[in-house]
Amino acid sequence: MADTQNMNSRRDALKTMFRGAGLLGLGGAAWGSTAIKLKASELTLRPPAAIDEEKFVKACIRCGTCVEACPYDTLQLANIDDHTAIGTPFFKPRLIPCYMCPDVPCVPVCPSGALDVDIIAKQIDGINTEEPDINKAKMGVAVVDQEACIAYWGIQCDACYRACPLLGEAITLEFARNERTGKHAFLKPVVHREICTGCGLCEHACITEKAAIFVLPLNVATGRVGEHYIKGWDKADEERLKNLKEEKTKKSSPEDVLNDWEYLLDDD
Amino acid sequence: MMTNIIKKNRYLILRRTIQIGLLILFGGANWWGWKFLMGNYSSAYVLETFYLADPHAVLQTFAAGFVMSADAIIGAVIVLVFYALIAGRSFCSWVCPINMITDLATWMRKKWKLTKKESFFTFSRKTRYWVLGLGILLSPIVGVAAFEVINPITMLHRGIIFGFGMGWAVIAGLFLFDLLVVEYGWCGHLCPLGAFYSATSRFSLIKVKHDVEKCTMCMKCFGVCHEEQVLHIVGEKSGFIKDECSNCGRCVEVCDDNALKFSIYNYKI
Repeated sequence: MADTQNMNSRRDALKTMFRGAGLLGLGGAAWGSTAIKLKASELTLRPPAAIDEEKFVKACIRCGTCVEACPYDTLQLANIDDHTAIGTPFFKPRLIPCYMCPDVPCVPVCPSGALDVDIIAKQIDGINTEEPDINKAKMGVAVVDQEACIAYWGIQCDACYRACPLLGEAITLEFARNERTGKHAFLKPVVHREICTGCGLCEHACITEKAAIFVLPLNVATGRVGEHYIKGWDKADEERLKNLKEEKTKKSSPEDVLNDWEYLLDDD
Repeated sequence: MMTNIIKKNRYLILRRTIQIGLLILFGGANWWGWKFLMGNYSSAYVLETFYLADPHAVLQTFAAGFVMSADAIIGAVIVLVFYALIAGRSFCSWVCPINMITDLATWMRKKWKLTKKESFFTFSRKTRYWVLGLGILLSPIVGVAAFEVINPITMLHRGIIFGFGMGWAVIAGLFLFDLLVVEYGWCGHLCPLGAFYSATSRFSLIKVKHDVEKCTMCMKCFGVCHEEQVLHIVGEKSGFIKDECSNCGRCVEVCDDNALKFSIYNYKI
């Protein structure tokens, strides 16, 4: 009798345990998927000197001190409906761009290390100083939609070029003959990725209804060639050949090749 | 009469002053550029000299795989030491703005006589410790501080200071949950931050002391306490109120017999 009671209470205990584990699993799955959804933020522009996006979402303690430090109200904190990691800072250049304060007040106040002053440190003789250099910021890169840009139609507009804080460097104007009229020139804005900081002053200034020049996060706007392409005409790039490790390809004997083929042909 | 009302609510008035005062200081930093207290409940920059940080958030971030900079870590240690060694779980009832929302829900619940029987269901108050553990466990899996992405405390702060967006729905949901679903549902059953401070502040100096000699068993303290289980010694033996007590002081205020009062924890008992 005592034994059956024991068995029953043990069975009850096990039941409770499994029930608890089930609830925990369910809660964990719901919570986890919500968290993953709420941290997704590929199309977000971050403050200057933000670390790598994936790390940034982890690192940011979501205190909003950078937002409060920003004198132009450029930075906002993400709400639940902003399609970016909730509570993290971001900006929309078409609304308010980054005005590139020389003292970069948003960065040094960050307590967590999500904004790292070292990333934009002013260099003197190759050594990082404590001073920030806003021109080294990489918040994103401006991209021109040539279909929507009226300068590419042949209408004169250099609003983005004039608005750029790195005038003549980050955006240059490319002159070309307008064959259509035969007597006018195209003044086409061209963005130079290595100089553009992604401040968005161009996007803000763009005169089209929906900006024809806009800032995208670097990882969205850029491609990658891969290590195996080397510019034969570039001395510096050719240097990479010297440091390459030799990779031996396995020489296959005729039997190996045959075996490989047999394996591939082996249908059953 | 008036002085009596104030005396009977002295801690409540003080708590609300601090809670609202902090919100005004945080708001002032954003609206008028005040430099007293920038940031929020996750991390605050005090008088432009040092930082405070939420140790629970720093811990989750660490679990997610990022070691914060010294500013945040030192700030978290300051906060942790303050609550763990001195103030107990007082963050919850003296600082946290959600406390005002859930207290309002509780007040309306009592006003409308929605007793425990009206609850759809009940569950253990220990659930919060599982939520705490689950949050730490999930952080490395999802690669982000798991509680911080759903944290209603900072969400409420953001709502008040920067504008709500859809965030108000979460806060409203939480209020309705406390009002209609489970009594003391969020703060007393689920919030992992409360669990975190409960677990770490066991040996804090400031605690409510009960004197059984003076107790007349009027049960008024049980009527106001948000964590009734901590009052198990009341009427039975003298000692300190421990565990999930948030040092809100409501029991001290309502006690007509002076049987409960704030005291310094005696480690020998």
